[in-house]
Amino acid sequence: MSIDLSQFHQVFYEESYEGLDAMEQGLLEMDVEAPDDEVINTIFRAAHSIKGGSGTFGFNQVAEFTHVVETLLDEVRSGDRAMNQSIMDLLLVSVDCIRSLLQDLQAGDDPDLTQATDLKSQFEAILNGESASSESVGEVNSEDNTAEPIANEGGGKGYKIHFVPEETLLQTGNEPTRMFRQLAEVSDDCIEVSANLERLPSLTAMNPEHCYLAWDITINKAIDRSEIDEVFEWVIDDAEVVITEFDLSDSTIEEQASEQIEEPIAQAVSSEVESIAPEPAADKAPVENTAEKEPAKAKAKAKASTPESSSIRVSIDKVDSLINMVGELVITQSMLGQLGQNFDITRVQRLQEGLAQLEHNTRELQESVMKIRMMPISFVFSRFPRLVRDVSRTLDKKIDLVLSGENTELDKTVMEKIGDPMVHLIRNSIDHGIEMPDVRIAAGKPETGTVELNAFHQSGNIVIEIKDDGAGLNKERIQQKAIENGLIDESTTLADEQIFDLIFQPGFSTADAVSDLSGRGVGMDVVRRNIASLNGSIEVSSETGKGSRFVIRLPLTLAILDGQLVKVGEEIFIFPLVSIVESIQMDDTAINNVGGHSDVLQLRDEYVPIVQLHEIFSVNKDEPPADDNIVVVVETDGEKVGVVVDELLGQQQVVIKSLEENFKKVEGISGATILGDGTVALIVDVSGLSKMSGTSIKQIDSAHKAA
Amino acid sequence: MSTVEELESEDNITEAEAVSTEQYLTFIMEEEEYGVDILAVQEIRGWESATPVPNSPDYIKGVINLRGTIVPIMDLRGRFELTKPEYGPETVVIVLKIEFEKGSRIMGIIVDAISDVYDVPIDDIKRTGFGDNQNARFIKGLVTVNKHMVILLKLEQFLTFD
Amino acid sequence: MAKILAVDDSASMRQMVSFTLKGAGHDVIEASDGVEALKLAQGQSVDLVLSDVNMPNMDGITLCKNLRQLGTYKFTPILMLTTESAGDKKMEGKSAGATGWIVKPFNPDQLLTTIKKVLG
Repeated sequence: MSIDLSQFHQVFYEESYEGLDAMEQGLLEMDVEAPDDEVINTIFRAAHSIKGGSGTFGFNQVAEFTHVVETLLDEVRSGDRAMNQSIMDLLLVSVDCIRSLLQDLQAGDDPDLTQATDLKSQFEAILNGESASSESVGEVNSEDNTAEPIANEGGGKGYKIHFVPEETLLQTGNEPTRMFRQLAEVSDDCIEVSANLERLPSLTAMNPEHCYLAWDITINKAIDRSEIDEVFEWVIDDAEVVITEFDLSDSTIEEQASEQIEEPIAQAVSSEVESIAPEPAADKAPVENTAEKEPAKAKAKAKASTPESSSIRVSIDKVDSLINMVGELVITQSMLGQLGQNFDITRVQRLQEGLAQLEHNTRELQESVMKIRMMPISFVFSRFPRLVRDVSRTLDKKIDLVLSGENTELDKTVMEKIGDPMVHLIRNSIDHGIEMPDVRIAAGKPETGTVELNAFHQSGNIVIEIKDDGAGLNKERIQQKAIENGLIDESTTLADEQIFDLIFQPGFSTADAVSDLSGRGVGMDVVRRNIASLNGSIEVSSETGKGSRFVIRLPLTLAILDGQLVKVGEEIFIFPLVSIVESIQMDDTAINNVGGHSDVLQLRDEYVPIVQLHEIFSVNKDEPPADDNIVVVVETDGEKVGVVVDELLGQQQVVIKSLEENFKKVEGISGATILGDGTVALIVDVSGLSKMSGTSIKQIDSAHKAA
Repeated sequence: MSTVEELESEDNITEAEAVSTEQYLTFIMEEEEYGVDILAVQEIRGWESATPVPNSPDYIKGVINLRGTIVPIMDLRGRFELTKPEYGPETVVIVLKIEFEKGSRIMGIIVDAISDVYDVPIDDIKRTGFGDNQNARFIKGLVTVNKHMVILLKLEQFLTFD
Repeated sequence: MAKILAVDDSASMRQMVSFTLKGAGHDVIEASDGVEALKLAQGQSVDLVLSDVNMPNMDGITLCKNLRQLGTYKFTPILMLTTESAGDKKMEGKSAGATGWIVKPFNPDQLLTTIKKVLG
């Protein structure tokens, strides 16, 4: 039976990555002085499973390396070896190493074994060479394969076996008759079994669950000793097994006996000899083949598929609720179907009820389907303890990372894209925010700084907070830097939040010396842009000496959007509701014209640039612009823009459809959706809009001064 | 004897296959007949209004909802810079699935009227140079069917919206 | 055809074992740890239990002990899936009442050969 093991590879990779994450997490939260047993167990189990799986699926390099890791962990687990910092560090690096080996394999590349070899020797050094026998699992593998070629030349050794099981043998599930059957199989029925009843007690003293019999078995057949050993392998400790060899009566039968029926032993032996020779070959060959071929197959398969995992694990609850809802939907559908068959006006009310039910079902179904893509943010959070540990060690800072809200769920795609910006923010907090321990003590703060990560849901968004108790943002320096970089001029007076907001401007970097950590050419502007590309926003608040707090707001999903429908001419456009600050109705006088080109709207104490949607989107409008304008004030990247539209329609949830898939990216448009009547409406890209408006906060500021 | 017949008929089939032909769906624009590879044709539908897309070339009439997918509709006359058409009852949209190296895209083209389907032997397609005719890049070749010329279109060229 | 309970916390191993056994015509029930296995085992009788040793919640050894306490599982073959490094685990398994073991890593053919020893 040949089974293509590569079909299990994807699952193996996924669970191995999960196992590695668990190992990493366990190691990070472990108290080196007094490691928690359960944590060690978890780490051990993960390593153990990876080793087992990689051996089974033919990834021997991984199995070999993981083996030493596991051996060490096993010693720690059993209390034979004390955990210490260097072991922990080594284990953490090993986690990375195994992960990278797996990633190489998954990508179809030959894994780079340099690091593994190096680490392995370090492990072996720790293990004091005791387990220099950590040969390769591959070898163990072949060892376990069917026995050595059978020693034909041993020519005519039969076996006598004296088998006295312990009385409790049956309770281990071992069954002598099955064992004899197996012996008969390997010896081609050249077997004599006689029971020895000596131990049999009187009927009254007999426990029916016990085994009182003993057996003498004679194998009149030159088979390999290991075949017999294998049969008794499991009971050898629960029984007396004495195996003795004897010369078969005639060692030359092999040649002469092929036709002789009257000599049962000889006949059997001859047929055995014929069949046994090819058998081991046939048996062994496929086993070796699988072992050799598997990695090759794995490569071929992995190359075809992208290394990025495209599957999601969905909890059974979510699937069940989905199935329930589909069930309800089917019921509603059949109810409506029946209603339609002989419909008359008297049944309108039932129709309406049915449709309401349908709407309810559909909405629930939609929500449930969306939930499938939702995963707890702990998937992102889990990488930060390691990051904080590594970065703070490099910088000699003492930092506690506090995580909360790890179970807050968000869309898988959003999650995949939010990791990098968060890494950047956290590095920033550690690098620029938290002070050196001596500075902190001098400032009367605890020596150890704290970085807090928090996530929660708030009105259809997920909010992620990154808070530190460091020095806070330095307003003077930000302002000075912004002036140097020409972002603002010296006379500009800005509110605190406007100053803080400057750090998100392109070309802004505050670190005096670009540090190795944060200053990797990626600025906060990129962070903001990445977040904006997810329809999200980021803002910062800070207090000198107390710390800073970054707040990221993201939509729960990229597939659905709460939209405000507006009408311009005959066209309907949709604004993401999150970007709308307010919508106001006002007459022309509220709009001032600046320098003949840009219009601005005075909105309380601010001036907001105005764009006419029909102009930038070249929508035909027959009637002249009404006196009463509706201005939708939207905010993006901290800038407000007023968008003039003809009419505000309703608000509704819309499913976002790609315009790029079959067409191209269109400036000012982020996507499309299908309205209730089947027509297409376009979704306005608010950040693109403010660019198209041709005005920015700077111009407004100068306008302000001019006015 | 039947075996012989069978063999013969098999021969016929292979012969027919040996002359490789392509099928083209043709349509009329400004009294010329144009052909598109029929394998690319997803469906043909009547013209209905599309949602205009701002900041797009004039020849993109907009996008429509094709069973949940957003599909752009291109006016082929506009693309070829021919005279503006009056859309009438015969005006149809040919929905094409155009394969290119990175995948495929679906697009509708508005044409005056559907004409016919022809089997065109590949060898008969003339790939003449068209000088500096700016529409040359859209043209795969010319072929003569029933004594008149059919212009075969190179669909992947329609994917660049410039 | 036998009814086999396969217990392993690793989904890939479980899938491999289950696929192999089903391919050989057996009926397979899967459990991802000892607790789940014990629960499943109580509801029905099976002809063979294949269990990993190292699992969260309840390990294979404990599962084995618990199964042996159940009347229906007194004589049922229980095979532990163990690794070569775990020599003492084999003993522990035996003393918990396991019938035998299959050494990891194993391939589908080895699995089928081994279970033949205890089925039927």
